Amino acid sequence: MKIEVLGSGCANCKKLEENTRTACKELGLTAKIIKVQDFKKIASYGVMATPALVVDGEVKIYGRVPDVKEIKELLKG
Amino acid sequence: MGILEDIAGGVVFNILNMARGEPLAEALNFFIADTIKVFLLLVVMIFLVSIIRTFVTPPKVKKLLGGSKEGFGNLVAALLGVPTPFCSCSAVPLFIGFMEAGVPLGVTFSFLISCPLINEVALAMLFGLFGWKVAALYIGSGLVIAVAGGILIGRLDLEDEVEDFVKKIRSKKIEEKKLNWNQRLKFARLQTINIVTNVGPYIVLGIALGAFIHGFVPIGFLADIAGPNNPLAVPVAVIIGIPLYSNAAGTIPIVQALMDKGMAIGTALAFMMSITGLSLPEMIILRKVLKPKLLAIFVLILAVSFIAVGLLFNALLA
Repeated sequence: MKIEVLGSGCANCKKLEENTRTACKELGLTAKIIKVQDFKKIASYGVMATPALVVDGEVKIYGRVPDVKEIKELLKG
Repeated sequence: MGILEDIAGGVVFNILNMARGEPLAEALNFFIADTIKVFLLLVVMIFLVSIIRTFVTPPKVKKLLGGSKEGFGNLVAALLGVPTPFCSCSAVPLFIGFMEAGVPLGVTFSFLISCPLINEVALAMLFGLFGWKVAALYIGSGLVIAVAGGILIGRLDLEDEVEDFVKKIRSKKIEEKKLNWNQRLKFARLQTINIVTNVGPYIVLGIALGAFIHGFVPIGFLADIAGPNNPLAVPVAVIIGIPLYSNAAGTIPIVQALMDKGMAIGTALAFMMSITGLSLPEMIILRKVLKPKLLAIFVLILAVSFIAVGLLFNALLA
């Protein structure tokens, strides 16, 4: 599983990354979490509000910071 | 809001038994009343705007504004900028998305101007600390600047001043999930907690500083340098306001206290607009998609507009 956290590194993006790591740990997933800060790449995903969470190339959440519980459900499904 | 003043007064003068007129007591009274008032308003305002936000999402705004015409398009863009989520880090992906959808440059700028300038946190603070008249003046002039500034940029034919890579980006389409009311309310609740905990410390600090000024600085202290009769005060206030940003919400209570000490209303409005509407981090980020000339024109138009608003209201309301 490939997880990407899209955002330019502001407080919200860091929070999303942190929540994603916690969610992975709690689920026992060994997914690779990549931070994407390049605007061209962020825009090419069609994301217009950061932060965003991309799982296996698919945009799951954007423009807000989900809590750990929501990310866990997302990664399970 | 009389009840809140009564509560604050009761705590300070009855429970703590401090004397009326004592600077420390007045400062504390002011601090307690304003903190409760501002936080109540913040929670209500952010919650309501967050619910609206679940309906007015960036992809919908993009679709609405694609191919829109000058004038009406600028007005719609300026209005939609109010409830749209904005942190300066979203400015670039938003800009690219708009350009790709064929939103005219001038209309995009109307949105980019109103988005940070008029937001729910600033509105709650203005309404709570200054009352609805000043809040309405702020919203009204903010919208006029967003519409007029966007139209002006649209007329200047600056499409070539957008960085070239922007036009080459082809993005994927994301499907928007339809939310039910439970999800909307949950989103609004999380959003409210998030924003209040983020800006809260700055606001408390700002109110504390404001309360200190309120209690200890003599009335009329600023009347000469920042009063309505010093035309230079407005441009100076705008220039000072540009680099201030991360603590934008925290500066509003300080401005209120300064107004109490003689700063003119127009100068105060221009200062607050410059703090929220123009910021160094936002400019650095926008530079990634705008060539220097367009960025300079954008900053110049805003700075001149804020100064004009300040001078206008100083002349009208003094």
